[in-house]
Amino acid sequence: MTTEPASRSEAMKTGAMSTTLDGPPRDARPARPDAGRRRRAKPDTWWHALRRDWRLYSLAILPLLFFLIFRYVPMIGNVIAFRRYEPGGSIFGESWAGLRYVRMFLSDPTFWNVFTNTLILGALTLLFTFPLPIALALLLNEVRNQRIKRFLQSVSYLPHFLSMVIVAGIVMQMTAIDGPINQMLKAVGEDPVPFMQKPEWFRTIFVSSEVWQTVGWGTILYLAALTTIDEQLYDAARIDGANRWRQIWHVTLPGIRPTAVTLLILNVGTFMAVGFEKVLLLYNPLTYPTADVISTYLYRMGFESSNLSYAAAIGLFEALIGVVLIVSANLISRRTVGTSIW
Amino acid sequence: MVTMARSRGYRVFQGINAVILTGVVIVTLYPFVNIIARSFSEERYIVTGQVNLLPRGFSLRTYEVVTADPMFWTNYRNTVVYTVVATAIAMVLTTCYAYVLSKKHLKGRTFLIWVAVFTMIFSGGLIPNYVLVNSLGMTNTIWAVVLPNAISVFNLLVMKTFFENLPQELEEAAAIDGLSTYGILWRVVLPLSKAVIATMLLFYAVSFWNSWFTAFLYLNEQELFPVTVYLRNIIAGATGAENAGAVIGEASQVASNIQSVTILLTVLPILAVYPFVQRYFVSGVMLGAVKG
Repeated sequence: MTTEPASRSEAMKTGAMSTTLDGPPRDARPARPDAGRRRRAKPDTWWHALRRDWRLYSLAILPLLFFLIFRYVPMIGNVIAFRRYEPGGSIFGESWAGLRYVRMFLSDPTFWNVFTNTLILGALTLLFTFPLPIALALLLNEVRNQRIKRFLQSVSYLPHFLSMVIVAGIVMQMTAIDGPINQMLKAVGEDPVPFMQKPEWFRTIFVSSEVWQTVGWGTILYLAALTTIDEQLYDAARIDGANRWRQIWHVTLPGIRPTAVTLLILNVGTFMAVGFEKVLLLYNPLTYPTADVISTYLYRMGFESSNLSYAAAIGLFEALIGVVLIVSANLISRRTVGTSIW
Repeated sequence: MVTMARSRGYRVFQGINAVILTGVVIVTLYPFVNIIARSFSEERYIVTGQVNLLPRGFSLRTYEVVTADPMFWTNYRNTVVYTVVATAIAMVLTTCYAYVLSKKHLKGRTFLIWVAVFTMIFSGGLIPNYVLVNSLGMTNTIWAVVLPNAISVFNLLVMKTFFENLPQELEEAAAIDGLSTYGILWRVVLPLSKAVIATMLLFYAVSFWNSWFTAFLYLNEQELFPVTVYLRNIIAGATGAENAGAVIGEASQVASNIQSVTILLTVLPILAVYPFVQRYFVSGVMLGAVKG
């Protein structure tokens, strides 16, 4: 190799050094568009940055406006959880109400019921939709015929591309009185069950449909991770006398562990928001005892009982739990397995 | 000898594997087969629970009933319009921001990245969003559907990673030739990024085509609904999710029939393009996983 890459790595090294010594990298940009001009290094003030890159910054204006208006204003809008909100009034409410709405939901028995439902439904979903893609990926990985493998993948990804409304429609059809499941029950001499009206069936139906919808798509990243495992590791394991199971245990599973941990963190982060759209589509007053979750409860409080501040207080509580979950999952995994998403 | 035993065990495993995977395929595809069968069947066979894999009493009547409803076509057209407009806006915003974020030398880059990533960790929530969209006067307009979800941070990060991995030398050369940042993005970077652009287009288009809740929340006039909300109302009406009582009468059974047809007609475009575009989705997810 010529001196070019060497000098580049030199530049990166100095860049790394400046990071550790005095904050953000100053001139660590070996591949700047105008690097060919070799300007004299100027102090990296905002003034110079704006003069040099104003065109780049201008491209960021519209996206930043989007984030500001549709992401950060609502974030601040959460203050209506602590303020009285008048329909048509200010989006940040009219006057302070203190912790009124927080106390209201903390002493609301229905809230604790939906809180428990959320935990149960979230845990059950995680219990099935986290490990099953790993299992399916391992099975798919053993398919030697590439054509068949590709066909199997295509089929298993398909449900991921369907609208939640379609999935809900399919669930309704499958569990209908005249649907296939009741046809089977009838065939073995059982009475038909109106599944969608039975609270005791809701969790089973919900989790099954989640599995149907997400497991195939969930294999993608694992299959990719599996192809990156060094064949020599398997050879070495075989020489050491490891059978197939031990190869899976000692080579394959450690190989996909970073992927698994990352996906677990992401899953834990969305734990509290479990299946809002799907529950909203599938539940009805008869199944509320098991089906109603925090997000659907606050939806009804906000839009059917028109108590937006109360609903916002519940929503803020839910979002904060979500933050705590994802941050701590990330922290734990960084400490224990050295993988984290930021 | 050891090899023999292993290979025999392996063959048994392959057999079991084949059975399991065939089962997966059947379970995945069966609902579609059943719904297709229902859509072509006569009502009396459906009501009595006799339709399973094949249509009974082949009939196109349900298709005639559904397609004769002008509202169905109005809503279908709305879905197309919303998808096109929302995807266009999303592509412009995402491409611009991803390009900015991919420039490692840019001052304030870390801050700009965190502006986006932070919204993945903590978001405003349903109620403040609703209050905002309402106060902007966007209720019952197309903007309520196409603007609030214009940038998906996941897609943004995928595109950023892709731009970062483009050979910088080409951009440097273009800069020496006197192209501005805009010129470089338009004439050099985008032509090199056709693969990721196709993937992003599909990601966005499918998610907007499938979305229903935003429209359900912000649109109150039937003429404005996308077809997903049309379908949602049929499903809700048929199962009594809206009116508390359990409706297990003639009316709901007819609707079950109509549900099948509406489901199929809504999902048809997705199914039609799916085999051809599936690989783009997979490659998009891989790109996202590199640094996501």
